[in-house]
Amino acid sequence: MFPSPLGLLQAVSLFAVAILLARPLGSYMRKVMEGERVFLSPILRPVERGVYKVMRVDETVEQRWPAYAVSVIVFSFVCILALYLQQRLQTYLPLSQTGASGVGNVNPDLAYNTAVSFDTNTNWQNYLGETTMTYLTQMAGLAVRNFVSAATGIAIAIALTRGLVRRSSTTIGNFWVDLTRSTLYILLPIAFVGALVLVSQGVIQTFASSLTVHTLSGAAQTIPLGPVASQEAIKELGTNGGGFFNANSAHPFENPTTLSNWVEMLLILVIPFALTNTFGRMAGNARQGWALLAVMVVVLSVGSFVAMSSEERSNPSIPAAVAANIDQSAGNMEGKEVRFGPDTSGLFATVTTGTSTGAVDSMHDSFLPVGGLVPLFNIELGEITPGGVGAGLYGILTFAIIAVFIAGLMVGRTPEFLGKKIEAYEMKMAMLVVLFLAFSILFFTALATATAAGKAGPLNSGPHGFSEILYAFSSQTGNNGSAFAGLTGNTLFYNVTGAFAMMLGRYAMIVPILAIAGSMAGKRRVAPSIGTFPTTGPIWVGLLIGVIVIVGALTFFPALALGPIVDQLLNNAGRLF
Amino acid sequence: MALSIVDTARGTRRVAREERQAQAGSGAPRNRGIFDPKLLRGALGPAVRKMHPLSLARNPVMFVVEVTAALVTVILASDFIGVTKAATGEVGRGTGFEFQIAIWLWFTVYFATYAEALAEARGKAQAATLRKTRSETAAHRRRDDGTMEEVGSSALRCGDVVVVREGEVIPGDGDVIEGIAYVNEAVITGESAPVLKEPGTDIRSSVTGGTTVTSDALTISITANPGETFLDRMIALVEGAKRQRTPNEIALSILLSGLTIVFLLATATLRPFGLYANAPLGIVVLVALLVCLIPTTIGGLLSAIGIAGMDRVARFNVLAMSGRAVEAAGDVDVILLDKTGTITFGNRLASRIVALPGVTERAALDAALLTSLEDETPEGRSIVELARMRLAEIAPDGPSAPAAPAPGSDVASVVPFSAESRTSGVILEDGTVVLKGAVDAIVAALDTAAPAELQTLSDEIASLGATPLAIRRNGKPLGVIELKDTVKPGLKERFAELRRMGIRTVMVTGDNPLTAKTIAAEAGVDDFMAQAKPEDKIARIRAEQADGHLVAMTGDGTNDAPAVAQADVGLAMNSGTSACKEAANMVDLDSDPTKLIEVIAIGKQLLITRGAITTFSIANDVAKYFAILPAMFVVAYPELNSLNVMGLARPESAILSAVIFNALVIIALVPLSLRGVAYRAAPAAELLRRNLLIYGVGGIIAPFIGIKAIDVLITAIHLA
Repeated sequence: MFPSPLGLLQAVSLFAVAILLARPLGSYMRKVMEGERVFLSPILRPVERGVYKVMRVDETVEQRWPAYAVSVIVFSFVCILALYLQQRLQTYLPLSQTGASGVGNVNPDLAYNTAVSFDTNTNWQNYLGETTMTYLTQMAGLAVRNFVSAATGIAIAIALTRGLVRRSSTTIGNFWVDLTRSTLYILLPIAFVGALVLVSQGVIQTFASSLTVHTLSGAAQTIPLGPVASQEAIKELGTNGGGFFNANSAHPFENPTTLSNWVEMLLILVIPFALTNTFGRMAGNARQGWALLAVMVVVLSVGSFVAMSSEERSNPSIPAAVAANIDQSAGNMEGKEVRFGPDTSGLFATVTTGTSTGAVDSMHDSFLPVGGLVPLFNIELGEITPGGVGAGLYGILTFAIIAVFIAGLMVGRTPEFLGKKIEAYEMKMAMLVVLFLAFSILFFTALATATAAGKAGPLNSGPHGFSEILYAFSSQTGNNGSAFAGLTGNTLFYNVTGAFAMMLGRYAMIVPILAIAGSMAGKRRVAPSIGTFPTTGPIWVGLLIGVIVIVGALTFFPALALGPIVDQLLNNAGRLF
Repeated sequence: MALSIVDTARGTRRVAREERQAQAGSGAPRNRGIFDPKLLRGALGPAVRKMHPLSLARNPVMFVVEVTAALVTVILASDFIGVTKAATGEVGRGTGFEFQIAIWLWFTVYFATYAEALAEARGKAQAATLRKTRSETAAHRRRDDGTMEEVGSSALRCGDVVVVREGEVIPGDGDVIEGIAYVNEAVITGESAPVLKEPGTDIRSSVTGGTTVTSDALTISITANPGETFLDRMIALVEGAKRQRTPNEIALSILLSGLTIVFLLATATLRPFGLYANAPLGIVVLVALLVCLIPTTIGGLLSAIGIAGMDRVARFNVLAMSGRAVEAAGDVDVILLDKTGTITFGNRLASRIVALPGVTERAALDAALLTSLEDETPEGRSIVELARMRLAEIAPDGPSAPAAPAPGSDVASVVPFSAESRTSGVILEDGTVVLKGAVDAIVAALDTAAPAELQTLSDEIASLGATPLAIRRNGKPLGVIELKDTVKPGLKERFAELRRMGIRTVMVTGDNPLTAKTIAAEAGVDDFMAQAKPEDKIARIRAEQADGHLVAMTGDGTNDAPAVAQADVGLAMNSGTSACKEAANMVDLDSDPTKLIEVIAIGKQLLITRGAITTFSIANDVAKYFAILPAMFVVAYPELNSLNVMGLARPESAILSAVIFNALVIIALVPLSLRGVAYRAAPAAELLRRNLLIYGVGGIIAPFIGIKAIDVLITAIHLA
């Protein structure tokens, strides 16, 4: 089935606006990250200086890559520990709801999983937000992590870019400065504007704990409320994805209208898209950035088209006798909100998994298998098209290095990216990134399929159940955080293995990537000529897409074949799980 | 005199090379074809020895294949004697199938080691020939008191002085300190024409051990200890004994090892995944999938490609001191070329004959021709050639007309060139004197005052770095001949080609800027350095390198050595001093500086071959998944057969076909990896587009066809 015209219009307008914003925002971010004056400086510069004073940071001193990496790790682990303690002790802290929706302290393995989840920018949620976390935990714990984990991503992407573009430098920037600037100048202002827009659409923002209503049948129903809008904007903008409510962006208080849905998707895409422009500008050639953006947009568009088309179909496994009596003209509506429908849901699913957001406005588990394959494959490509805030850029740059290495020799020169030779050290680090991605997803999935504790998780049997496990570890390793649903994740096994997968997916990538930054920074830059490998233009875009898709496909094809692919084939034949 | 020797030597050398190529295989092993049956047979044995796990451990991809081959062999044995048996629903567990998989896995390893052995075979043969000449020779060493003693060549040390007479072999590398003699260097260069050696000339004073003195005698100061001579190094290099993996090879090996681990993960986790889906997967089938996925094609051919690249350079008579140097040649984007001898012939040739006002061009040309008919110097011959050409142009009616000079005037006697008169020419039978010579010498003999034009013209010619010769017929000046250093033919096109490859050429010369500019424009170089001193060369190289360029240069003299060492690729002439050869990372045995361009092309070709086969290898994997995965799950999920897009007959035949294809593709690509992919000068974007289409897209499509064909074949003969 072809996506509806309205659905297509939505997709096209979304990508077009996000692409249009890439240039101004990309330029703004470059200025911010290089410490130049911007229009917000009069207000924010004093705050920035204050932060440095409190943190005792000298903003003029740059770090070598090991120091930068240690700063990232130390900062993250302190944050994880703090968030863990806050959850364990939340009832003793202020702003804890009382009454009907009162919540207790979080148990250890869940608190651990959640702390890692929010600090790795994953926002995998093994809990029900509204009934597990207090307002203080949501606002001072989770929402703060939404900012700083995203800011960490931007910082690392910029550090890698510096490494790639600087000549014979020993340092790659100062993590504390990068963290502060990206939070203050980039995330806070956009999130603020975004929250106001969302409130205008009906997203709630209140400290009232709950609303009791009487239903038509006369029963009393308690509806939890909360300060949602402030968290919603950064949830999308920071490609975090952790919803205030368990239903996430499917909940009418988080995402009430098609317009708010569109705005949320735009918030998701805007920074990952624009960072490519920042990269191009820092590299001194805007076309370098546009090439990366083209790769992202192509992969994202194909994914959106497949997912939207898949969900427009009626479910082939519904027996003819039953199908005759139901109206399937709207497409596969299971697990979808009526106000969004199959197109919008398919698009949102692609956008949220193409970035490492993981917010959902529909249940991916209920997608037809091919529709569900798109989010899964998006994640398994390594969350780089366009990927998370910052994480997408440093991920795609790693793949660019691998692509240049494989094909670069074919122009008759030893491979170079942005005029810098790619040698054994960089290859070692880039391969570590690919290896950790593959290891974390495949090993933990294998562990789950081979142990009783793991097998207890999935709701469905057969390939669909397998997909649920595969999706869980893909999502956590990719720091996506969306759930395929169907998997009971709040168990000791899944809390602990999931936390490991999230940490591998974050820190085991960051360290080799910063190592690449450090090693590349020290190299001399070979002057470009018509004899050098072109990393702009359509051939390069095609090549990079090819390498990303083929490396991803080769690594995960057997697993995908046993999950969604065979699931779809069986589904076509009328077998369900 | 000296000029014509060089010229004659050049001519003979060319002839000798052609002869050598004609008698390929007989005396000069380095000119054997790649697929000489002798070499093909000779590699069979060493290939088996290379399968030893310890020697294979350097190659992680093939090592994994060998381990899996051993594993399948063990499973086959235990299944055969009945110790183990298949689980229910397990695909591909018959001993016939296991036997064939085991055989093909062993073949996969063997094909890879055979490719390497074949690549080494030529070098080994060449080294054997060289070794023969290195045999112990007697040396006449001069003691400090001047008396002589006879010692073995292995007893010679740096600083020893030896005397070598006609017919004797020079016992070690050294510099000539006394005597002038011809030396036959055929053992090194393959050229049969002897080379003149004399002391103190920088270029011609270095001699190589193992070469033979063919006339007179030389006194030589030894510059290398035994085992460190040029010949020793050459043997080690061509043999590949000390072959170190190049930086790019190491980086590529890391990529390949990384991919191998990724696929190890993908196949190892497939076992629990299969169990979860009630599809027990046997080790043999998983091993088959693993071997098909890991990059065996490039893993098996990587070292052969590197050795063959070095060998291609060697066949050009250039000795690369390391594979790294050949790789660096591919990266070069600026080359510094000396003007004299490299861009120009180094001798002045006639380029223009100008008639003075009031004189017909024909008269001037006739006179010029007359003066030089008996002149055998290159200058003289070039004047004859140019005058005849011009005459044919202005009198196209009679093709042989210009050959006959004006009537009644046969040459009576020749006036040879002398240092006092600085003129030369002829006296005709009617007594007419026709002379050419230095402008002031001619002017002095004129009847009247020299016309102003003569002076202006000769000044103009001199200002461009050329030499003016005036012509007179009796007391009358007729014209001026311009003699100038001439650009070698074809170079302009070569430089244009280099420009298309993104390589800039810089001409280095001691001439004044005006002259340099003229020659630079004529040769079509991108830039020039005039009045350059040796230290300017280093400064220029450093500046280019600081701007991010990789620089190549050629050199021969001792004062070139620092610049040659500073350059990323330094090509020394074999005729050069040992200091220069020491500093270089390549030595051209033919001493032809323009070979730098070929070396760059070979470097690029080596890198392209490596990249093309890597891309091909990875692209191949797509098809193999479509062959093997449906076959693996045929029992548990028959629906997956819709992925069997090739329509392979049976699960066993599908898996076997993929494994066989995987092995055969190594052998099929051996010629490509030894010969190198076709390379032509083109911008990077164009090369990329072409090679991606052939090796990337082609690499995806080819195995679909190949696997299907093998499947049809083995099904037809009931192998599976």
